[in-house]
Amino acid sequence: MFAYLVRRVIGAVLLLFIVTAVTFAIFFLVPRLGGATADDLAGRYVGKSAGQEQIHNTAVRLGFTDPLYVQYGRFVKGLVVGQEYNYGTGTEHCPAPCFGYSFLTQQPVWPDLVSRIPVTASLAGGAAFIWLITGVGTGIISALRRGSVLDRSLMSVALAGVSLPIFFTGLLSLSIFSYSLGWTQQGGVNPLDETNPLWWAYDLILPWVTLAFLYAAAYARLTRAGMLETMNEDFVRTARAKGLTERTVVLRHGLRSALTPILTIFGLDLGLLMGGAILTETTFSLPGIGQYAVIALRANDLPKVLGVTLVAAFFIVLANLVVDLLYAVVDPRVRIS
Amino acid sequence: MSEPIEEVQDAPVQRLERGDAFLDVRDLKVHFPTDDGVVKSVDGISFQLERGKTLGIVGESGSGKSVTSLSIMGLHPPGVANISGQIFLDGQDLVTSTREEVRLLRGKRMAMIFQDPLSAMHPFYTVGTQIVEAYRVHNDVSKQVAKKHAIEMLDRVGIPQPDKRVDAYPHQFSGGMRQRAMIAMALSCDPDLLIADEPTTALDVTVQAQILDLIRDLQREFNSAVIIITHDLGVVAELADDIQVMYAGRAVEYSTAEDIFDRPQHPYTWGLLGSMPRIDRERTERLIPIKGTPPSLINVPKGCAFNPRCNYAHLNGGASETDRPELLDTGNGHLVACHLSPQERQKAWETDIKPKL
Amino acid sequence: MTTTDAEETPVVPKIGEELLSVDGLVKHFPIRKGLLQRQVGAVQAVDGLTFNVTRGETLSLVGESGCGKTTTGRLLTRLLEPTAGKIVFEGRDISHLSEGRMRPLRRDVQMIFQDPYGSLNPRHTVGKIVGAPFRLQNVKTEHGVKRAVQELLELVGLSPEHYNRYPHEFSGGQRQRIGIARTLALRPKLIVADEPVSALDVSIQAQVVNLLEDLQEEFDLTYVMIAHDLSVVRHVSDRVAVMYLGKIVELADRVSLYEKPMHPYTVALLSAVPVPDTKRKAKQERIRLQGDVPSPINPPPACRFHTRCWKAQEICKTTEPPLIELKPGHQTACHFPENVDAPAAKAEPAS
Ligand SMILES: Nc1ncnc2c1ncn2[C@@H]1O[C@H](COP(=O)(O)OP(=O)(O)OP(=O)(O)O)[C@@H](O)[C@H]1O
Ligand SMILES: Nc1ncnc2c1ncn2[C@@H]1O[C@H](COP(=O)(O)OP(=O)(O)O)[C@@H](O)[C@H]1O
Ligand code: SF4
Ligand code: SF4
Ligand SMILES: [Mg+2]
Ligand SMILES: [Mg+2]
Repeated sequence: MFAYLVRRVIGAVLLLFIVTAVTFAIFFLVPRLGGATADDLAGRYVGKSAGQEQIHNTAVRLGFTDPLYVQYGRFVKGLVVGQEYNYGTGTEHCPAPCFGYSFLTQQPVWPDLVSRIPVTASLAGGAAFIWLITGVGTGIISALRRGSVLDRSLMSVALAGVSLPIFFTGLLSLSIFSYSLGWTQQGGVNPLDETNPLWWAYDLILPWVTLAFLYAAAYARLTRAGMLETMNEDFVRTARAKGLTERTVVLRHGLRSALTPILTIFGLDLGLLMGGAILTETTFSLPGIGQYAVIALRANDLPKVLGVTLVAAFFIVLANLVVDLLYAVVDPRVRIS
Repeated sequence: MSEPIEEVQDAPVQRLERGDAFLDVRDLKVHFPTDDGVVKSVDGISFQLERGKTLGIVGESGSGKSVTSLSIMGLHPPGVANISGQIFLDGQDLVTSTREEVRLLRGKRMAMIFQDPLSAMHPFYTVGTQIVEAYRVHNDVSKQVAKKHAIEMLDRVGIPQPDKRVDAYPHQFSGGMRQRAMIAMALSCDPDLLIADEPTTALDVTVQAQILDLIRDLQREFNSAVIIITHDLGVVAELADDIQVMYAGRAVEYSTAEDIFDRPQHPYTWGLLGSMPRIDRERTERLIPIKGTPPSLINVPKGCAFNPRCNYAHLNGGASETDRPELLDTGNGHLVACHLSPQERQKAWETDIKPKL
Repeated sequence: MTTTDAEETPVVPKIGEELLSVDGLVKHFPIRKGLLQRQVGAVQAVDGLTFNVTRGETLSLVGESGCGKTTTGRLLTRLLEPTAGKIVFEGRDISHLSEGRMRPLRRDVQMIFQDPYGSLNPRHTVGKIVGAPFRLQNVKTEHGVKRAVQELLELVGLSPEHYNRYPHEFSGGQRQRIGIARTLALRPKLIVADEPVSALDVSIQAQVVNLLEDLQEEFDLTYVMIAHDLSVVRHVSDRVAVMYLGKIVELADRVSLYEKPMHPYTVALLSAVPVPDTKRKAKQERIRLQGDVPSPINPPPACRFHTRCWKAQEICKTTEPPLIELKPGHQTACHFPENVDAPAAKAEPAS
C-alpha cells in the first residue's frame, strides 16, 4: 500500500514536469519554429514605439537570446525556487512559484492568478455539491423505477441537460431570474469572508445551478447505468437473500459499488473545473481563473496563458492522484493485493 | 411396476393433498413476459419436502432450476415475473404473502447458497461484516456479539483460524473457503430450509467433495430441509433423498434417489444417464448422447416437450406430439410424465437402456 | 517407445511414432512489486514437465484448477514461450521459434478453447470464422473457400446453411462445433483441446466427445486433452498425466491409472468423484483431502503434495520424489506409492 502511494505521488510529479516541458515548448519553441526571433518575443514587453536597439536589449535582458534549454531551465527554476528579474534599471525578485511577468501589465502572473482561485473554487465546489446530490439521487431513483413514467421524464430532462450548452442555459436563467424578475444579481461575486456568507451564496446561486445542471444531468445518467448494472450483480441477490431491507440492499450493497467509477469521473471533473469554468465565468462575469484565461488569450499575453495552463494541469493531476488514493480506500482489492 | 393401473391414477392427488409437508410447492408457474414472447421458465411443478430431508433438482441449463429456487426465496424482482401456484413454507403461502413478510423469512427461515461464491459476496466488505449483517437483520444483538457468532460459524464450516479470517475480504479466500463462508452466512440464523443452487459447480473435485460432506454434516446437525440444485447427477446421488428431474420448465420424473438411479423410467433420465461417462462402471466404447438440443422456453414443442429428441416418441400413436403427459405415479410414488405404456417402458429399459449403462 | 510392426499396420503406418516430446518444460510468470516493480517472485505455473505424445493417441492432462494445464497447452502450441525446457515437434525443436518461423507450423498444431462463447468473434459470420485459417495461411482450396468451409461444417454436424449466421445464434454445443471446424480446417496433426466440453450440458457433452472421437479416427488426429472431469478423461484418453502444482505426479495408460493408481493424489482425486449411484454413498471408503491446493507462487518444498497427503513422512518434506517408472508404462513421483504389488518396485533412483 505504501509503495503504491509513493509510486502514485512520484508519477504525479513526473507528469507535472512533463506538462511544464510541453507547455513551455508550445509557447516558446513553436513560435521559434514558426520563424519568430527572440526580438519578436521581446517586442511584446516594450512599447510600440521602441526602437530596434531597445528591443534587442530587452531580449538579451529577459534571456530570450539564450539557448532554449537554458530558458527552460530558468523557467523551471523560477517555478521551484523563484527567480531574479533584470529590469534594466534594477533587479526584482519573483518568488516561487514564478510564472513570469505579464506582457501587458508588467505585473507578476502568480499573485494575480492566486487571487482568482477562491472565486473558481467557490463556483466549482458549490456546483459540485449540488450536482452530486441531485445527479446521483436522480440516477438512483431512475434506476430503481426503471421504465416508469418518472424514470422516463427524469431521463428526458437529463438528456436536455447534457445537450444544452452552458451559455444557453446560463443566459436563459440570467434573463429570467436576473433581468426580468430581479431576484439575483447580474454578475460578480462577494468574497466569502467576514461579511455575511449568505451574500456569497446568493451571488453564486445562479451560476451554481446552471453549471450543476449540466453535470447533474450527466451524473444522473451515469449513476442510473451503474446502478442498473450493480443491482443485477450476484452480491446484490445475496444481500436480498439475507433478508436485508430493500433500503440497505440499495444503499449499502448496490450504490457502494456503483459509485466507485463515478468517484473517478467526479475527481477529474472537479480538477478540470478548478482550472477554470470558462463558459460559466464568462457568462456570469465571475472573476475566476476561466475568465482570466479568456482575457489572457485575447491579449495574447503568453506568460498569463502559460500560468493558467500550468495551474489547470496541476489541479487535474492532483485530482487524479486523490482519486487513485481514494480508490484504494474504497476498494480493498486495490489496497490488499 | 406390476401395480394395477386404476390405483395409479389417484396416487399423485393423495400426495398433493398431504399439506402437512414443511415445504409444499403446488403447481408453481413462473413466466417472464419478454419482447420475444412469454418465457415459460417454470410451468407447473409440485413437490414436498420435510425437515431433515434433501431434495435434488437436476436438469440441463435453462430447465428452470434456478428460477424455481428464486421463486421460493421470493427473489424475483417485482413486476418481472408472473408467478402463480402455491408455495407453503410451514403452512404459510409465500406466493400470496407480502414482500415484507417474505423478506422477514429470508435468511431466517430459508437461506440460499449460490454457484459462484466470489461474485456472490460483496467485494468491498469483509467476510465477517457480511456474516454479521446477515445475523443482525434477524437478531437484535450488538455488533460484538454478532461478530463472535460469525467467528463461531466460520469455525463450524471448517475455516482455519476463524478469529483472524473473519476480517479478511472475499478475494483473499480460496474458492473452497469462499463457499464455506457463504455456507456460514446462510446458516447464521439457523434456517429451516436451505437451498443450494449449484453449490459446487465452480469448485475442484477434491474441494467439491469437502463441501458436499460439509452440507451433509450440517444438515444432520441443524435438521434443516435442503434443496440441492445441480446439473451433475453424481452430486445429487451424494446428497439427495428424493430427486426431481426437470426438462423445459417441468418435472419429468420425481422419485427417491434409489429409484431414479436404479430404475429410471423417463426417456430423458435415460438419456442423461447414458450420456455421462461413468467412472464406477466398465468403460463403454461410445457415449449415447441425446440427439438435438434443449428447446427454447418461448416455443416449447407441443405435446411432450422432449418429443423432438426422444427415441420412443413414435411408440405412442401420436400422443407424444399432441398431448402433454401428466406427471403420474407408476407405483410406489415414482412419478413419471411420459405416454409410454408400462409394458413398452419396461421393454425399452430392459433391452435398450439397462445393458448399456 | 513401441516400434510399429510394418506388416500388421499398413493402413496407418505412422501410429506409434513419437509426434511431440517435451523435456523439462518450465514456465514461470514473474511477479513484480514495490516502487521499482522489481521481480519479487514467480508464479511457477509449469515446473519441469517431461512427457511425449505418440502419433494417433490421446494424452490427457488432468488436475485441479491452477495446476498448469492450460499453461502447458499454450506452451505446446507455442502461444507462450517456455522459461526453460524443450518442446520437440516432429523432430524439430520449437521451444523458442519466432512467431514468423512458427507460422507454417501452426497448420499442424491447433488449439480448441474452453469457452465456446468467448473464443468466437461475435461480429464475424460462421463462414468467416471457419474460413479464417485458409486465408491466414494462404491455402488454396479445390472448390473455393466457401465449399471447403461448408464441408467442414457438415463434418462437425452443422448444416452448410449455417455459413452466413453469427455465433450468437448458436447454442454452446454448436459453438464448440464451430470452434472444432475451425481447428480442423487445415488438417492439423496435433490438436490441443483445453476443456472442450466443460462448459457444455451433459447431453451435449456426449455429442461433442463422440464427434472428437470420430474425427480422430477419420483424420488420424493426435489429441492432447486438457480436462478436470475424471470420468470424461477416462472415456477419451489412451494415457493420462495427473498434474499437481505445475508438476506431473503420475503418468500412465488409462487402465492402469484408473484401476491401480499409485500416487496418493490420484487416489484421492479418483475417490472424490461423485458417482451417480446411491449405493456408494453408504460405503464410507472415501479419502478426503484437507484444505485447498497451495499457491503456485510458494509451492511446498520437495513433494509438493505433502501438505495434503495422508501418507506424508519426513522425507517427503526434504527430498523431492522423482517421476520414475514403477511399472512398464506407469510413472509415479512418490516415495510411498499405493498399489505397488511387487516390493522390488523401488527402482534405482539415480536413473
Ligand atoms: N499470464 C499469467 N501471468 C501470471 N500468472 C499466470 C498467467 N497465466 C497463468 N498463470 C497462473 O499459472 C497457474 C496455472 O494456470 P493455468 O491456467 O495453466 O491453470 P489450469 O490448470 O488450466 O487451471 P483451470 O483448471 O482453472 O483452467 C495459475 O496459478 C495461474 O494463476
Ligand atoms: N428475468 C428473466 N427474464 C426472462 N427469462 C428468464 C429470466 N430469468 C430466467 N429466465 C429464463 O428462464 C429459463 C430457466 O432459467 P434457470 O432457472 O436459470 O435455468 P437453470 O435450470 O439453468 O437454473 C432460462 O431459459 C432463462 O433464460
Ligand atoms: S411422452 Fe413420448 S416423447 Fe415424451 S418422453 Fe415419453 S415417449 Fe418420449
Ligand atoms: S512423496 Fe510423500 S507426500 Fe508426496 S505423495 Fe508420496 S507419500 Fe505423499
Ligand atoms: Mg441455474
Ligand atoms: Mg485452464
